[in-house]
Amino acid sequence: MTLPAQTASDMSEAVGLHTVTKRFPGVLAVDGVSLTVRTGEVHVLLGENGAGKSTIVGMLAGLQEPDDGHISVAGTGSRLDSPSASLDAGIATVFQHVMLVPTLTVFENLVLGAPWWRRPHRAQIERRIAELSRDFGLKVQLDAMTGDLSLGEQQQIEIARALLRDARVLILDEATSMLTPSGADELGAQMRRLAERGLAVIFITHKLGEAYRFGDRISVLQQGRMVGDIAPDALARMDEDAAIEEMVRLMFGGSDTSASLYRDRPAPTAAPLLSVERLGTEGGAEMMALKDLSFDLRPGEILGIAGIDGNGQKQLAEALSGQRSATAGRVMFDGADVTRLSVGQRRKLGLRYLTDDRLSEGTIGIFPIAENTVLKDIGAAPFWSGGIERPARIGAHAREVIRHYSVRAPSEFTPIGHLSGGNIQKVLLARELTGEARAVIFNKPTYGLDTRNIAASRRRIREIADKGLAVLLISTELDELIELADRIAVMASGRIRGTVVNDAGAGDLRLRLGRLMVDEGKMADTTGDAA
Amino acid sequence: MEALLTAAFLSSLLTGAIVAGIPLLLAGLGEQMSEKAGVLNIGIEGMMLAGAYLGFLTAWTSSSIWLGFLGGIAGGILVAALMALLCVVLRLNQIVIGIALTLGVEGMTALLHHFQFSRTYPRLPAPDRVDLPFLTDIPVLGPSLFGRHPLVYLALISVLVLAFLYRRTNLGLTLRAAGEKPAALDVAGGHVIAIRSAAVLFTGGMAGLGGAYMANIGAGLFIPYMTGGAGFIGIVLAMLARGRPLWVLAGALIFGAALSLTTALQVAGSNIPTDVIQMLPFAAVMLVLVIWGRRARLPAALGVGYERGAR
Ligand SMILES: Nc1ncnc2c1ncn2[C@@H]1O[C@H](COP(=O)(O)OP(=O)(O)OP(=O)(O)O)[C@@H](O)[C@H]1O
Ligand SMILES: [Mg+2]
Repeated sequence: MTLPAQTASDMSEAVGLHTVTKRFPGVLAVDGVSLTVRTGEVHVLLGENGAGKSTIVGMLAGLQEPDDGHISVAGTGSRLDSPSASLDAGIATVFQHVMLVPTLTVFENLVLGAPWWRRPHRAQIERRIAELSRDFGLKVQLDAMTGDLSLGEQQQIEIARALLRDARVLILDEATSMLTPSGADELGAQMRRLAERGLAVIFITHKLGEAYRFGDRISVLQQGRMVGDIAPDALARMDEDAAIEEMVRLMFGGSDTSASLYRDRPAPTAAPLLSVERLGTEGGAEMMALKDLSFDLRPGEILGIAGIDGNGQKQLAEALSGQRSATAGRVMFDGADVTRLSVGQRRKLGLRYLTDDRLSEGTIGIFPIAENTVLKDIGAAPFWSGGIERPARIGAHAREVIRHYSVRAPSEFTPIGHLSGGNIQKVLLARELTGEARAVIFNKPTYGLDTRNIAASRRRIREIADKGLAVLLISTELDELIELADRIAVMASGRIRGTVVNDAGAGDLRLRLGRLMVDEGKMADTTGDAA
Repeated sequence: MEALLTAAFLSSLLTGAIVAGIPLLLAGLGEQMSEKAGVLNIGIEGMMLAGAYLGFLTAWTSSSIWLGFLGGIAGGILVAALMALLCVVLRLNQIVIGIALTLGVEGMTALLHHFQFSRTYPRLPAPDRVDLPFLTDIPVLGPSLFGRHPLVYLALISVLVLAFLYRRTNLGLTLRAAGEKPAALDVAGGHVIAIRSAAVLFTGGMAGLGGAYMANIGAGLFIPYMTGGAGFIGIVLAMLARGRPLWVLAGALIFGAALSLTTALQVAGSNIPTDVIQMLPFAAVMLVLVIWGRRARLPAALGVGYERGAR
């Protein structure tokens, strides 16, 4: 292979893409992208959902090969034609979706990939992990069963595994999406220390604040093309607001995404549609129990549920949708007790649930988009008649969904698993809103979406409430709740700690919510600091 | 009924359990490896039969039982190589290919045997036995346990060897990862296609050896369709054993005993109708499945082909 002269001379290059193109059936995922990642830098890749970020990661990790162009490692052209070739080249990757075997222990996952006849060296791994915990504050319990850990903990293990390999390039594809804000900051500090040791870090995120705080250099992708770049010195000169403005400008070509949805509607006064009375569920080792939860939700109202991830929000959503059985209290819907009703019965009444687990719980990845849009209505008119599927009807419905929600997909026959997260989300939303929806529960509806899709999703949620539907909005993003909700209830340890009316004007709303979120003991300190 | 407890009956039951159990053990151990790696190897019945045929043919032409075993292994591996190519490399449906291979081998071996031997079924000379002084003289247990062909002891040793490999080396991890989440193994630098193919070939070798044992030691001759579902019982054993070679051994002996009950009862001169007795092994399979089947835990990616980078 002949190489362009200047790549060989660029001594600080860790990896480089040179006019790389990658196509998938019906999509040009990466379109002539050139990119140089330097040692000692945290290089942030930005781009909206489906921009091609994970495809670039896939090519660097040896999962896919470029159709055109080539990749160089440390200045020399390399063919990364398998994951082991990529690992041998010193590239370690933490993928967007967890790549650990859930039925193996953490230790076993760490040694996975070694030759089969070899015996695992426990002591050596233990020593290295101890070092890593000390240097980077990683938390790794070697004997835990991997599947029992939270996604955040699993991500820590993947990072530890990447570091164990003495990589020269570390790729983190949306590694902070599963972390709490403090966890993300910790990871940011870890990346900084790694870069100081001479690693090159590629960091992909949708959170522009993180991009500013953790990154040295920022590259922006739009629909597979590299559209802009903020160099370290330029980035250093900007303050956070200016940098974010510049990133938004690059990502969306100047289009205005911060259209404020600020609301000054009168508070809804109709009789409650959904009432939860002293609801409780069983807990377990990994699942927090719900205790004594009560609230009312009126038609046309958006009730926000705030709280740090993992404080029972998912259990609440499942108890309301019928996926989890209640052990105490009751759920009233339109005056009737629905506590014992099944998922299907509640759905028929108009109670809909949009899960945060889009991939495994929400969709069947190998089914076409069309089938996924009617997955919850199997056997029901108008898509089935007398037990017989009517593909033409379903197809027409799916095309309408794709058009109306501007789903980026080649056709309604594309398996839904091929879409990017944001586009799957649109299909799910469309599905929950078909038919006689009266109340919708959203669980983290904008998680993993890019800025533009987030704005669009929020606008849709607003519209739904304006049409008179009752909306329960579970979210970990305070901004989202403040932007949309009429009232915000805060959950902590499986209980509702308090409910705050979103009177928009009050500037200390965030502070009030934040205080409810952290536990009582720490509260005094926070106020002390703030004063 | 007291006839059931005579020495003759027990001795013949125990001998039968071992003679009929060894092929099941070999098949079960082989299938276990494939299933761990995520390949549901339904072609194992065909691999056994190919092993029985080639094993018999080699032994008959070379007059060496040991060469016969090698021939059996080769026969099983031959069919397994086809399965690995079609199902692991080309990702065709494992169940369809497995059934097709079994049917294909059944027809092929019957045809070849017919061409060669017409309607005759030549017999091999009886294999030489190990005669351990004293041990073989113990009543009931002695001849059953210690007078067997050396292959029996090799099969038993292989149980321990496999248990060691699975537990103490990375082999167990690599196989389990290939069966549970091949993408995770792939990105960790493992070789999914290689380990799955190797596992299928191993299954073929073990099944072929089991088939050769049935022909060369068990029957002393080859009859078309002679494996009669032994491979399928091997699949059941592998599923119930939850990855443990020792459990395969226990299961193989139980099923072996059930299979040989017919002979044992005849030896004992009981008057239970043979039809009822012949049903016993299958009743045993069903009973075991009903009782323990629920506890079988299959790998998450069992039966699913792996394609790198596919969504
Ligand atoms: N294996 C595949 N088969 C078919 N299409 C694919 C495949 N991988 C990616 N695509 C398509 O390529 C495009 C780019 O996807 P990619 O996953 O790289 O986006 P992304 O920038 O990582 O988005 P997100 O932020 O949602 O993760 C998308 O349109 C996606 O549907
Ligand atoms: Mg991605």
